[in-house]
Amino acid sequence: MPEIKNYTLNFGPQHPAAHGVLRLVLEMDGEVIERADPHIGLLHRGTEKLAETKPYNQTIGYMDRLDYVSMMCNEHGYVMAIEKLLAIEIPERAQYIRVMFDEITRILNHLMWIGTHALDVGAMTMFLYAFREREDLMDMYEAVSGARMHATYYRPGGVARDLPERMPQYLESRWRSKKEADRLNENRQGSLLDFAQDFCDRFPGYVDEYETLLTDNRIWKQRTVGIGVVSEERAYQLGFTGPMLRGSGVEWDIRKKQPYEVYDRVDFDIPVGTNGDCYDRYLVRIEEMRQSNRIIRQCIDWLRANPGLVLTDNHKVAPPRREELKADMEGLIHHFKLFTEGYTLPEGEVYTSIEHPKGEFGVYLISDGANKPYRVKVRAPGFAHLSSMNEMAQGHMLADVVAIIGTQDIVFGEIDR
Amino acid sequence: MSNSNQQLADALRVALGDKAVSVSLACNEVTVEINPENLLEIATRLRDASEFQFQQLVDLCGVDYSQFGRDEWQTDEASRSGFSRGVTDATSSGRLQFGDELDSLANQGRRFAAVYHLLSYAHNRRLRLRVFAADDDFPVIPTVTGIWRSSDWYEREAFDLFGILFSDHPDLRRILTDYGFVGHPFRKDFPLVGNVEMRYDPERARVVYEPVSIEPRVLVPKVRRADNRYLADEPPLQDEAESDA
Repeated sequence: MPEIKNYTLNFGPQHPAAHGVLRLVLEMDGEVIERADPHIGLLHRGTEKLAETKPYNQTIGYMDRLDYVSMMCNEHGYVMAIEKLLAIEIPERAQYIRVMFDEITRILNHLMWIGTHALDVGAMTMFLYAFREREDLMDMYEAVSGARMHATYYRPGGVARDLPERMPQYLESRWRSKKEADRLNENRQGSLLDFAQDFCDRFPGYVDEYETLLTDNRIWKQRTVGIGVVSEERAYQLGFTGPMLRGSGVEWDIRKKQPYEVYDRVDFDIPVGTNGDCYDRYLVRIEEMRQSNRIIRQCIDWLRANPGLVLTDNHKVAPPRREELKADMEGLIHHFKLFTEGYTLPEGEVYTSIEHPKGEFGVYLISDGANKPYRVKVRAPGFAHLSSMNEMAQGHMLADVVAIIGTQDIVFGEIDR
Repeated sequence: MSNSNQQLADALRVALGDKAVSVSLACNEVTVEINPENLLEIATRLRDASEFQFQQLVDLCGVDYSQFGRDEWQTDEASRSGFSRGVTDATSSGRLQFGDELDSLANQGRRFAAVYHLLSYAHNRRLRLRVFAADDDFPVIPTVTGIWRSSDWYEREAFDLFGILFSDHPDLRRILTDYGFVGHPFRKDFPLVGNVEMRYDPERARVVYEPVSIEPRVLVPKVRRADNRYLADEPPLQDEAESDA
């Protein structure tokens, strides 16, 4: 008998299934994982330290780049922390816009997740389908903020500007015929809300398509059922939140349990899994997309009926309108103060958390009464999830590690910060 | 939830007695400060006692309090020629260069703290726990990995970024910084631009580390405003632009 030794396998950081820059050191016994040691930090940019040297508003853009597939949700967590410490109220319309874009972001994130997760496990088509829908959602981002991904749209006190009345149009060009441009512009004739409405009408059909491809697919089930099982008790211990926790059967959603903005006024359900395996977490996220769609519809209806302010008129925090700046001395002073020095927060500390697509996204903010934060700590959901890699992967095959990375919905922007 | 947090604060005062340095309720959040020697006992109690049941450690982070409350630009009094302009000397981590040092504080045992955020699913409540390490030069806090497993990586992060040692931690390695990194980058006396930069040297055919060549660049000075515009009794001020302009 030859002597069989464990060997160490280096997975990543340049590996397409590592979802970015994960370096996994795997101790293998044949094809079975004995120990998994994730090495992270290859995308560490020191966001929290950078925030300490900048006025509050200049950090909003950095928040987009944390979890770069759910941009606005990150901004939301950050601006909510500032608002809580300042104790300012934000206009109701801004709250609905935030909820709508949070849910758009959730769909964006889950589409990215289903696309890459399925691709890793071997279903190529999902990726193409998911990116087709992401395109429409990114157009909504672009229409409202001018950027397809890193929007920097939320502000302490509301959102940067109101929803546009007209969607940007595709133009005829050397690469795009008139017919093609007209086809693309077909559902862009009205406002952003009309475009979103059109998307909401189409989207449930798309989710059905995904489910046709995956839910009863034999290969998909073989790769996900019974893989990475986490019990309810372990899920608490390992710091799981969001769909990872709900997949293990805990009915917990910050949107319901500790509602923020207008989540207590919209109607939606929380899907919960039973077995805590990759397949259940898949089902939970698929259902979350349908529920998000429901929330977006309700927001569209409300936003159509209720025009109004989208940024607070407390000019100690939010700049005055451009016209005021031209004619009003006080407006000019406010503008000057805000853009040279920023606003100061009272001394104190807050922790705010939102139901980010990946889990609980928290921002712990300490202020010493200055115009810059003294310390910002971003509680990224993926960090806790990835730290459980060893426990989730032990005893599984090498190929299952890929399914586990996929189900954890890892994005390195937020883990490494 | 405000009522519930008040009850929680009261229950904590009763349950912890002298062991809590302070129990406070601010912004509708309960904060308990305790000493490191009591941490394990109190943490176990917070997790297991039926009135608390904090099953999950949501977050743990280090904080360096050494520069707390220090600003860079005094604007309380103006001279005849106006306020002083600009900040030239290194007064914050953003302005430090290679070799610069911040005037350090006396070792008072109040520099490094670990802050724990706990969540109780049973009661739908949150709690913040703050533990100051007793010694600034050698900050040690016992690990809570035996109580909440999720603290493993969080403690590694706090060790990496702040140099807080968590005694009895099963695997206290650096986590976010590079292999072989020197220093603890989130300390307030660590320059924002870093100490060394790395490049590939084609002559020596290897990667070399050199002192940073970029200039520190902080565009807005840190200013504290002691005006009372955010005092709770007064309405948010609309008409006081003159006083702080």
